[in-house]
This record gives sequence, structure tokens and C-alpha cells, in this order.
Amino acid sequence: MSLKQYKEVLVNPLIKENPITLQILGICSALAVTSNLNVTLIMCIALTSVVSLSNLFISIIRNYIPSSVRIIVQMTIIATLVILVDELLKAYDYETSKKLSVFVGLIITNCIVMGRAEAFAMKEKPFLSFLDGLGNGIGYSLILIGVAFIRELFGAGTLFGIPIFGDWYPTNNLLLLPPSSFIIIGLFIWLIRGYNNDQIEEDEFDLSKHSVAPNLDKRELNV
Amino acid sequence: MNETIMKTLGVTLGVCLLCSLFVSFTAVSLRDQQNTNKLNDKRIKILEAANIYDKSMSVEDQFKNLEIRFLDFDTGETYREYKDFDINKYDQLQSLRFPDQSKPVPADKDIAIIKNRENIGKIYFSIKDDEIDKLILPIRGYGLWGTLYGYIAIENDFNTVVGIEFYEHKETPGLGGEVDNPNWKNIWVGKEIYQSGDVKLQVIKGAVDQNMSDAKYMVDGLSGATLTSRGVSNMIEYWFSDSGYLKLLENFDYES
Repeated sequence: MSLKQYKEVLVNPLIKENPITLQILGICSALAVTSNLNVTLIMCIALTSVVSLSNLFISIIRNYIPSSVRIIVQMTIIATLVILVDELLKAYDYETSKKLSVFVGLIITNCIVMGRAEAFAMKEKPFLSFLDGLGNGIGYSLILIGVAFIRELFGAGTLFGIPIFGDWYPTNNLLLLPPSSFIIIGLFIWLIRGYNNDQIEEDEFDLSKHSVAPNLDKRELNV
Repeated sequence: MNETIMKTLGVTLGVCLLCSLFVSFTAVSLRDQQNTNKLNDKRIKILEAANIYDKSMSVEDQFKNLEIRFLDFDTGETYREYKDFDINKYDQLQSLRFPDQSKPVPADKDIAIIKNRENIGKIYFSIKDDEIDKLILPIRGYGLWGTLYGYIAIENDFNTVVGIEFYEHKETPGLGGEVDNPNWKNIWVGKEIYQSGDVKLQVIKGAVDQNMSDAKYMVDGLSGATLTSRGVSNMIEYWFSDSGYLKLLENFDYES
């Protein structure tokens, strides 16, 4: 296993194979927890630790998991890690844990975690899987922090709850509401694909070329 | 061979056992810390309800400025000491477990759906210059998914609302969960509870027309959360009725 491969596994998911902008996974939490950077940061740490550790543990026992029950075994491990994170948050950052409410628990259903376990950790060695999880977690975090930065700054005029713009700035409610994340993530995807043309998918079907329409006006006159 | 029944059972059982061990170990070892956080959060809510919370000071110090008293719901009398109860530790929700410390609420009166009401409550006074400034009363009632627990603070006219806070509820985030929305909580400030002895304050459906003469008795409903709004409304009606705090408010005369 060369160093280059380790690096690739870690760095690729950041932009090139980003779980949110390329695979369009984990959108739910990207909408829900990005109106405030504090909360977003905690969520990113939570998800990154869950996805990297679940990859690690699943990879360790990958050769013993019967394929008939593999999904449920993966889920058990993921759920355990999520509960651990939730309990830790409740003990050491109660304020944020209240704000995140159900969304920490919903990491269990985050497609990124399950996807990496099934696609990577079931096949690869533990350390490599751990790096893959870490990379995907950080890739997810990059996008989330970007979205949260824009939403909080232009929505509430604050960053980490600290006023940046001052009183003259009226709060922008559209940015504070979850749907704005759709727009911002869409813009990110556009940016990334504009720079990295490999990501542009082929059209699912070809549109036929424009043709000149028959002159309708005349026909109508004849009727 | 991974696919035999024995192996499948073995692996699943092993994973489950290990995982449950981890979960229970963390849950037990972090319980104390979590309870401290919960208590602290509850105290902040009490202070916030009365609009006297100062972020720069420690919660414990601010809480010491409050006077805490026992309340006998049946007589409306308050006590600084009652039997061998410790006022700082007494939890009226715990006393619901004991039939000698609580009473079932008759079905026709149980509009807040609390089932049992404690005999002895715990209420808080904020004192200014040896006079009562504000009164902070615990309330609870059923919403859509579960019971909402909170505090309502009133002025020393025993009628005007200072603020309302919920410290525990299971309502849907974004809908009923909007009971935590500061904008909605602000609507309550200055509303009045009683009109000629009856509880008039209620959460209505839709927005309140500020020009109406009764506007001071009405709070905007939460859109998309009719049952939660109704629950909060019923809660107010119950706790300020005869079986709630009415006796206390009618007879109370503060002596420092």
C-alpha cells in the first residue's frame, strides 16, 4: 500500500468525489443544521467522527460479517456510535445538543455513513477505511461550513453568533430558512463542475435540434 | 464459511452484546454530568421566564436571589419549610409517584391532561426591596406528542404575564417546537390572564387582531401546530384555575 494511495483516499472526497456535491448524499442535514456556524461545526465533528469510526470498526470485522445480515450489523455499529456522540454532547455541550435536537440521532440515517460502510469499509483494510471515512467527513464538513457561512453571514448578519454587519443590516429570512441551502448547494455544484469538467454528467437523453416551426399564423387565417 | 446459521447468529449476537455494553457504559458514566446540565438549563429557563437572566453571571448565584417556597395547592398557603422536605432538592414531579403526595385530577377538570397533580408545589419569587417583584410558576400539559414542561412568570399584580419558557417537550421541531421561538415567546409579554376572576388568556387560531379590545387576552397560534397551541392554551386555563394557582393568587399576601 503506497503512501500515494493513502493520500488519494483521504483527499479525493474533499472536492473531486465530494459526498454532497457529486454524490448528492446527506442533503437533509445540510439543510437543517446550517443556519448557525456553531451548530454546524458541532454537527460536522459529530458526523466526521461517526463515519470514520464506523468505517474503521466495520472494516475490522468485515471478514466475519455474513452477507445476509451485513446491513443490520453495519447499522448496529453506526447506531452505537451515534448514541455515544449524542450522550457525549448532552454531557459536555448541552446547549448545542438541544439545538441539534433530532439531527444528531438522524446521523444514523445519513446516507454518507451507510454508503461508505457498504461501498468502502466492507472491502478495504481498517486504516484505509478510517482515512476514507475521515476524508468523506471532511468533504461533508467543507460544504456544510460553506453553506452555513453564507447563510449566517447574509441571513442574520452574524458569524458564530457575533454581529458582523451591525444594526443597519436587515435579517434575510430566506437565507435563514432551510430551502436557501438548496440554492447555495446548487451554486456550489455549479462552481465545482465548472472548474472540474469530469463531474458533468452526460445527458440522459438527447434533445433533438431546433427546427423551424411551420408558419402557424397563416394556417390559422385559412381556417 | 460466513453463511451458516450458527455463524450468522454468533456474529449478530456478538456485535449486539458489544455495542450494548458500550452504550450502557457511556450512558451510566455520563449520567451525573447530564443531570447537572439539565438542572442548570431548567434554572436558566426559570430566570429567563422572569426576564432576569444575566448571561455574564453564574446561574447558581442568580438563582440564590430567588426565594423558593412550597405551595399547598388545596389551601393556597405557601411555606418556607414543609415537613422534612428539602426545598432545594424537592421535585414536585417526583411526588406524582406517591399516592399520599399527589391526587388524580378528575377527568372533567383535567383539560391539560396531566392525570395527577402534586399536593405540594414549588414556586419562585423574585424579590425587590422586600416586595414581591415577580412570581414564577411551574406549568405542564399535554401537547401533541407528549407533555410540555415549563414556567410562566407573572407581575406582582398577579395578572400580567412576564414571560413563558418550556424546558422540556417533544413537539415537532419547526412546528410545535416553535414554542421555543423567541418571537412567539415575546408575544406573551404583557398579556393578561384573568378577566373578572375567570381565566381569559388563551392561544387562538391564527394571528391576533391588535385592534380588538380583547387582544391583551390572546396569543397568536403556532401555524401548523394546532394541537400544541391548544395544549398550551389548556395548560394556562388549568394551572390558573381553582385547582391550580387561583387560590394562591387570591389570598396571597407576602411577608418577608
